[in-house]
Amino acid sequence: MMVDASRKAISDAPPSDADAARTMRLGTGTSLVILLLLLVAPLLVKNFIVFQLTTVLIYGIAILALNILTGGSGQFSLGQSAFYALGAYTSAILIEHAGVNYALTLPISGIVCFAAGFLFGLPALRLSGVYLALATFALAVATPQLLKLGALEPWTGGVQGLVVDKPDAPFGLPVSQDAWLYYFTLAIAVAIYIASVNLLSSRSGRAMMAIRDNEIAASAMGINVALYKTLTFGVSAAITGIAGGLGAIAVQFVAPDSFTIQLAIALFLGMVVGGVGWLPGSLVGAAFIVFIPNVAESISKGLSGAVFGVLLLVVIFLVPDGARQVAQACRSVIGRRKG
Amino acid sequence: MTEDRLAQSHNPLLSVRDLSVAFGGIVALNGVSFDMQRGHILGLIGPNGAGKTTLFNCLSRLYQPSKGDILMEGASILTRPPYRIAEIGISRTFQNVALFPNLSVIDNVRVGTHSRSNGNIVSDSLKLGQVRRAEAALERKVDEILGYLGLRGVAHAVAAELPFVTQKRVELARALAAEPKILLLDEPAGGLNHDEVHGLGELIRRIRKEREMTVLLVEHHMGLVMSTADHVVALNFGRKIAEGTPSQVQSDPQVIEAYLGNKNR
Repeated sequence: MMVDASRKAISDAPPSDADAARTMRLGTGTSLVILLLLLVAPLLVKNFIVFQLTTVLIYGIAILALNILTGGSGQFSLGQSAFYALGAYTSAILIEHAGVNYALTLPISGIVCFAAGFLFGLPALRLSGVYLALATFALAVATPQLLKLGALEPWTGGVQGLVVDKPDAPFGLPVSQDAWLYYFTLAIAVAIYIASVNLLSSRSGRAMMAIRDNEIAASAMGINVALYKTLTFGVSAAITGIAGGLGAIAVQFVAPDSFTIQLAIALFLGMVVGGVGWLPGSLVGAAFIVFIPNVAESISKGLSGAVFGVLLLVVIFLVPDGARQVAQACRSVIGRRKG
Repeated sequence: MTEDRLAQSHNPLLSVRDLSVAFGGIVALNGVSFDMQRGHILGLIGPNGAGKTTLFNCLSRLYQPSKGDILMEGASILTRPPYRIAEIGISRTFQNVALFPNLSVIDNVRVGTHSRSNGNIVSDSLKLGQVRRAEAALERKVDEILGYLGLRGVAHAVAAELPFVTQKRVELARALAAEPKILLLDEPAGGLNHDEVHGLGELIRRIRKEREMTVLLVEHHMGLVMSTADHVVALNFGRKIAEGTPSQVQSDPQVIEAYLGNKNR
């Protein structure tokens, strides 16, 4: 039958290596080099830059979460700021009102946000594409106002927000608070990255990507489409919540207006700049949303927004697939050198 | 075991009972009944709009019949949601190929094993020992199927980038990965040339024999059905107009009038 045809197909086939497990992540060697750079970075720069690098890691985690949702299961969200806020407030309230250790608040924030994401995912099942994006947008718009509600003020601090104490390095380690926070965040970021790579290259991850590609065929293969879609929402929200909790600890402050739609858009933008569906791109996207506004401001104070817009357009035109495209280009150049 | 098998062979593996489907005022299927015996290849034929694909979609639970029942090993499948059809041993291919286009061939086939494996997001994220062992077993199984269908060479190619003929073969591999008792093939010959159709017939018979499957073949290509099927059911305008061996159905006057006559064959 198709034997002859498929033999021909084999010789014609592109040499691409498209396994989900491989396209989602970097090779072990490259990963270790990047990890090493991230480990030594705080030793080379001033404390303020260390704080900014911590912010990059935190946003990187939040963008990774969005990448799992959009790149993994094909669902859009402009509402990630809501889950980020929920995680931030959960951690801040637990630290300030209940005296819980800051590190222990993070898994709690993750669980609270998982539940919230899962519940939000249920009605969102009926929506897809731009409509889902709009529904999540509504969530993002509502969040800051909900946080200001008078009834919640004893816990949330209302418009004033909550101040969180900055943690010291434990066991009397001779590092500054900023450096400790950086390494603490890095450890969590690495753990979440590894777990996400594991997840996406597993049976569950394949189910998510199958749903993204063709829901009817996925269902015919025995995949419970509704369950996996809501689970993905839950997982994405949980990781975003952990990022939010870390954000509260790092910034030492939570207030409703830190979590507006602008944050959700920034995370979305970071995902696109990093490359949708490419997990390592999350870090690049985070660096973009943290540093490029500063670069824009240094070019022109009065027109920083316009300069940022132009820089963003340049990126979108030159590399529409974002950092992933740059990485692929580098790989093929290196491959040619070797060959 | 053998006695069990013999006893079971008197009962049909799947039986369609008085099945009707209506879309608004249009009756797509009207009181259709037939049985599928274990190990048989059943050909379902009929001109365009006869109700073949409607019946097929009832079997995979995409459509809800308005009347009648479908029994798999004596139990109704109509209480099951679509995603719980694969686990009772019904697996399908699609008329216009419904692969996961951005996934590699091997990942497509791995997804095919979903109903035959277990897991949850926590153990999958932590890559616990049981997950590693399950993945290793899965790899052996997937590799066997890729080898069986001659797809090892394209295992890591993106499904969407392959020629249509190869995509159809990947879809077959994905369906086999679910280890079905019944393999539902929706127009597998569509888009194939003469030699390829001949090869396909041989492949279907080989799969039935070597992998012990029962096959429901919905097909337009009369030659393929007549040379491959053990038993043929003919539909027209949503009704069963004939049933029997290929030669019986081929010589049935109603079938000739409805289908073969028009095609001058």
